[in-house]
Amino acid sequence: MTTRRTEVLAAVLTFFVGVALCPAAVLAADDYQESSRLLKEGRRAEALDRVDAFLTQHPKDARARFLKGVVLTEQGKTDDAIKVFMELTQDYPELPEPYNNLAVLYAGQGDYQKARKALETAIRPHPSYAVAHENLGDIYATLASLAYDKALQLDSGNATARKKLALIKELVPAKSAATLARVESDKSPVPTSGSRPNTIEPPAASKAPAEASPADKLTGDKQAEMTTSGADTADGVVKMLEAWARAWSNNDAEAYLAFYAPDFRTPNGEPRKEWEAARRQRLAKPKKIRVTTSSPRVKSTDNTHAVVTFRQSYSSGNLKSVGTKSLQVVRIGDRWLIEQELIDK
Amino acid sequence: MIQKLALRHGARARAITLPLLAAVILAGDVSAMGSHPGRLARTLRMPETMLVEALIDIRNNRLGTALERVDALLAVKPDFRLAQLVKGDLLMARARPIPTLGAADAPAERLNDLRDEARARLARYTVPPPSDRVPKYLVQLQAEQRYAVVVDTAKSTLYLFENREGMPRYLADYYITVGKNGTNKLREGDKKTPVGVYHVTGQLARDKLDPFYGSGAFPISYPNEWDARLGRNGHGIWLHGTPRDTYSRPPRASDGCVVLANEDLDDLAKRVQIGVTPVVIADNIEWIPLQATQTLRATLNEHMDNWRADWESRNAERYLQHYSRAFSADNTNLAQWSAQKRYVNANKDWIRVRLSAASMFLYPGRDDLAVINFLQDYSSSNLSNKMRKRQYWIREGSTWKILYEGAG
Repeated sequence: MTTRRTEVLAAVLTFFVGVALCPAAVLAADDYQESSRLLKEGRRAEALDRVDAFLTQHPKDARARFLKGVVLTEQGKTDDAIKVFMELTQDYPELPEPYNNLAVLYAGQGDYQKARKALETAIRPHPSYAVAHENLGDIYATLASLAYDKALQLDSGNATARKKLALIKELVPAKSAATLARVESDKSPVPTSGSRPNTIEPPAASKAPAEASPADKLTGDKQAEMTTSGADTADGVVKMLEAWARAWSNNDAEAYLAFYAPDFRTPNGEPRKEWEAARRQRLAKPKKIRVTTSSPRVKSTDNTHAVVTFRQSYSSGNLKSVGTKSLQVVRIGDRWLIEQELIDK
Repeated sequence: MIQKLALRHGARARAITLPLLAAVILAGDVSAMGSHPGRLARTLRMPETMLVEALIDIRNNRLGTALERVDALLAVKPDFRLAQLVKGDLLMARARPIPTLGAADAPAERLNDLRDEARARLARYTVPPPSDRVPKYLVQLQAEQRYAVVVDTAKSTLYLFENREGMPRYLADYYITVGKNGTNKLREGDKKTPVGVYHVTGQLARDKLDPFYGSGAFPISYPNEWDARLGRNGHGIWLHGTPRDTYSRPPRASDGCVVLANEDLDDLAKRVQIGVTPVVIADNIEWIPLQATQTLRATLNEHMDNWRADWESRNAERYLQHYSRAFSADNTNLAQWSAQKRYVNANKDWIRVRLSAASMFLYPGRDDLAVINFLQDYSSSNLSNKMRKRQYWIREGSTWKILYEGAG
């Protein structure tokens, strides 16, 4: 537990340094960097001495104070660490990281209420962060309800799947958005893609597995909210099919993989990561891939599930193939995603 | 690098919302797991192991690992409903704090069924069968019985034993479902599983069965003579599989049958001998040291031999002293039985009785009742026959008496 907590703190430290709040510290950075290095080596007492030395010269330096908090935490001096992070939250209330670490320390003490408050406070100064947080929560809830349906053999009509997601209408100022996007997207627990988010993406949009694409969110800001309730199944599925073939033809692995549902059944039951890696490799080859689809027929099984059968022609280098294929698709939010690929003999 | 660490960062923040979930489902002491002095090292099936390990991950706040495990499990067994429920919880917990296992908006009864299954599977995993003990009911197996089945309804477990020179040796155990209304079946349609000493009476192949019964069925001998004596009725108690779209059913869900996962039933099917394999069903198996079964085994064998010798003596009174006053068999009471034996014995010059292939079982829940099956080779001056017999012996004071006797 302690080890894990330490890693968590270390992670936050990395962001913090990356954001580089206090360029004035560059000249005297030796003590700071030395302290950071000592901490990594587990020489905590020495790390503390160094960072204290640094702080006598730069008593207001935020990242050094933050580092001191991390060192104290690793030393098990929880109360001292809490004091350091607490003061940081007072001086820099807009920074989420000290709140996060406070939450970790409170949780370590078993005080989950305080931990929760700290985390909520971390989010509060950042409206878009909070919206993304909520949207992500809605997505998880939707995915959960799909699993519950299977667990309990319920036909819930998937009311939750039609849940409206709140669209962020305005971008926060660029600098702060960049910071937030990094933090939030890194927090996102479902690593569906390995790419780093762009700096001005709205937080979480790139990682939430079933959410609207970032582009939709940015360009659609006149539209107050997205809803899928009016979507026509056949129309939506066919559009998805075309976009999927396009992403494939464009060798755009990330866009292509984004068409697969979180519970996609890999063809041979291999782990999702393995399958994704294989697909990425295949799409990355510097070859011209051309995939076209024709005569799609959509059969919906219920509000959120359908099977689309179509002719697929594929050509890449010398390889050409034409065949009938079926995709089992599911609607999550306003998107249709592939649950299973079936190739007819 | 940043990504990886940050994931932990995120996971930790979420983990905080979950300890309650773990507390409710894992009321038992999981920390005691690992090494079990006197416990068997055994291999449970992959789905069960993965599910329970995911539950333990949850208990230990490793939610990311738990979800990975459940996802991997569901890729192979999408019809494992409990695993779907756990997956739902793990996702839901990211959206909001959840109070207990099964945060779905669904009828409480359905959720409780799955919670019970989680508890049962966790308990099975946590406490393997003891390595140095056997169920007290298996007093003696006969050579032809290569295996014995003992069901523990309270532990949702069917144990399979191998016959090693008359003594049971643990082979495997499987998660099972029993009657919706529990055990001690009394009446037709009461949806209860009988408790007692039975054997497999037949086999119903998959293609002759409704798909509901899965990969096959083995009817057992309920109601037996003891059930009949107590006025218990009903029929059609089977060991059977599960429908194709269902990996397992909750601990209490059947109409009285004992239900196994299809892959487990297939395993069992390789070993079951029709008409031979005993099936003992108990509410809570009492495990005793192997040596301890020897005492009762010796006592019963001695009583059997005395009974045999007294029969050969043609002294009807000595022979009849082995029978309980409560004796009855096939519409015959002790008085009628005694009159018949006195009459028959008087006309004989000699009697010879050979007993063999005896199997003995102590009745679950009744330390004073034993079922003995044997082969009886009877010859006398005017009549000879060979037959399979079954006797129920009851302890009266310091001795054992025959309560029932009939063809077995």
